[in-house]
Amino acid sequence: MQELMKAKAQEMLSNGSVTRVLAWKKGDFETNPEPAFFTKHVDDMVYNQYCATNLSNFMVGVEKEEGKTLVFLKPCDTFSFNQLLKENRISRDKAYIIGVGCEGVKVIDEMQETGALLEKCNVCTKIKHMVYDELIGEDVTRRVTDDPLTRFKDIEAIEKMDAGERFAFWQGEFSKCIRCNACRNACPPCGCKKCVFDNDNYDTAQKANVTTFEEQMFHIIRAYHVAGRCTDCGECTRVCPQDIPLHLLNRKFIKDINALYGEFQAGADIETLGPLTDFNIDQDAEPSIVYDRG
Amino acid sequence: MYKIDKDNLPELFKFLTKNGTDVFAPVRKGNQVNFESFTDEVASTLDLDTLKTVRSPKDFVLPQVEHLFDATIENKQIKLETSPLADKPYVIFGVRPCDVKGIEVLDNVYLKDPVDKFYQARRAQGVIISLACTNPQQTCFCKSFNIDAANPQGDIAIWLINDSLNWKSLTDKGANLTTQVKHLLQESSDIDEVEACQKDIQLKIDALPYSRGLPLDKFTPDKLLEIFNDARWDELSKACIACGTCTFICPTCQCYDVKDYDAGKKVKRYRCWDSCMYSDFTLMAHGNSRNTQKERFRQRYMHKLVYHPDKHHGEFSCVGCGRCVNKCPSSLNIVKVIKSFEVDN
Repeated sequence: MQELMKAKAQEMLSNGSVTRVLAWKKGDFETNPEPAFFTKHVDDMVYNQYCATNLSNFMVGVEKEEGKTLVFLKPCDTFSFNQLLKENRISRDKAYIIGVGCEGVKVIDEMQETGALLEKCNVCTKIKHMVYDELIGEDVTRRVTDDPLTRFKDIEAIEKMDAGERFAFWQGEFSKCIRCNACRNACPPCGCKKCVFDNDNYDTAQKANVTTFEEQMFHIIRAYHVAGRCTDCGECTRVCPQDIPLHLLNRKFIKDINALYGEFQAGADIETLGPLTDFNIDQDAEPSIVYDRG
Repeated sequence: MYKIDKDNLPELFKFLTKNGTDVFAPVRKGNQVNFESFTDEVASTLDLDTLKTVRSPKDFVLPQVEHLFDATIENKQIKLETSPLADKPYVIFGVRPCDVKGIEVLDNVYLKDPVDKFYQARRAQGVIISLACTNPQQTCFCKSFNIDAANPQGDIAIWLINDSLNWKSLTDKGANLTTQVKHLLQESSDIDEVEACQKDIQLKIDALPYSRGLPLDKFTPDKLLEIFNDARWDELSKACIACGTCTFICPTCQCYDVKDYDAGKKVKRYRCWDSCMYSDFTLMAHGNSRNTQKERFRQRYMHKLVYHPDKHHGEFSCVGCGRCVNKCPSSLNIVKVIKSFEVDN
């Protein structure tokens, strides 16, 4: 598959149909490929189970640049691409998308496999590419779970806790936060040009974990802000240096949105209005109406 | 030299805490190991086998957030109330040789004129007990910076051999602490055992992928402008997502920001770690001197490999701990940067 991808990328670069290729570049270990733009040769391009980064997010960075970008997207990454498209952060005609198959992304520590797949891969249901111009090796994609509800098992466990236990659980997790902002910067829907936490007119700095209160504010505000827009791509949890299970916050919102407004998957298409932006005065005017409706 | 069984460590820590010394030691929580304050609750999760803590011991000498003073206005006079200086002794146990060197790098900045009083007080209270790296890992490259993982520095050095800790004090501070806990240690003359361990460590270090010489000689202050203007930074910084992971887990990243917090009737001035990866780094009234991520990214490596050595007799402000290699969300790191400069343009 990697060779097919490289051949196609080189062909499109050489004949000028794209200006650049967004893919993964060989690292100094087999296990640490990095996201990269190729403009001439693609000799260093790789694709394997260590290519974790959701490349959709990097499309925002080249949106204003001249020319078309060939981007390789795994099935789950195409949901993010659609979501960014829907929010007018990127343009469809500036991308040539090749959907690539995915066998799950391996977790690496100290450049070695831990034997595990990323959490999102264990509960993966996103086996189809939602947007593409062409597919390569899509048949290697395999569904890891047949039960789409598997991904809510952890949420249910937290819901079963009483308020005190739940508070203690999140306090324990959030207190690990070092405010590196990796979760925010890796998150495709977290795309404000100027984040509210980067406002230097505030006298509480975004980089200071002054109190646990502030850390909770950061993650909870972030979760609220991406509610209904989060595709559950799992980048927040993957990039967290302190191993905070941030996806649980987003998934709680996804679960509740499904229950209150009907099944919804952000990024499945670009037409459907999001449940939190699709306002119907008769049905959604009051939270109590939604609550009673069940 | 002395010895103590690994199983007796909690007893030693308890003795110290009871006598008014805080103890910080590597503790496992879930998948992560970090230095935590020693209490009875964490005794069973002490972890001396995991090589690297996620956060570096820099936290103890240069906390992420530090309150400096309160300012209030009374009778049209501004009254300043400075935060008390650290006055409680503490021990950081299990600091790896690279991290010991990391603290030395910080000392060379914070204890030099003008001396940072907060840092100085905190540093004076601390005793560093270092731990040799019996099992160095793939991302280690301390050897490139002439750090010997088999000969840890600090106040007391420890070699963990067969669940027994071989204890050797290296400084006056270390000797004082050793005297304090002598009744819990056994005298030992197992020099051979330690030497064998050291040899083993050195062989392991030599076999690591990054030990095969990084082209650090390319980074000399006389080439400052040449390196600064090199076209390679464009390429190198492309995948950077501008988070502060590398800077915050780094044992030597030392920049801080100073902010005033409006607490109603008073202003609280504090400082907190800053990151050159952030858009408001060194933001001044006229604006920002580094407007692109490329410039911010370059700053980090220029600081570590060129600016710091220029001011500190050639000492790099990287110690090869490999944390950034392991944790960067985009798999960027200082090793990739150093290697990319191997060939001259």
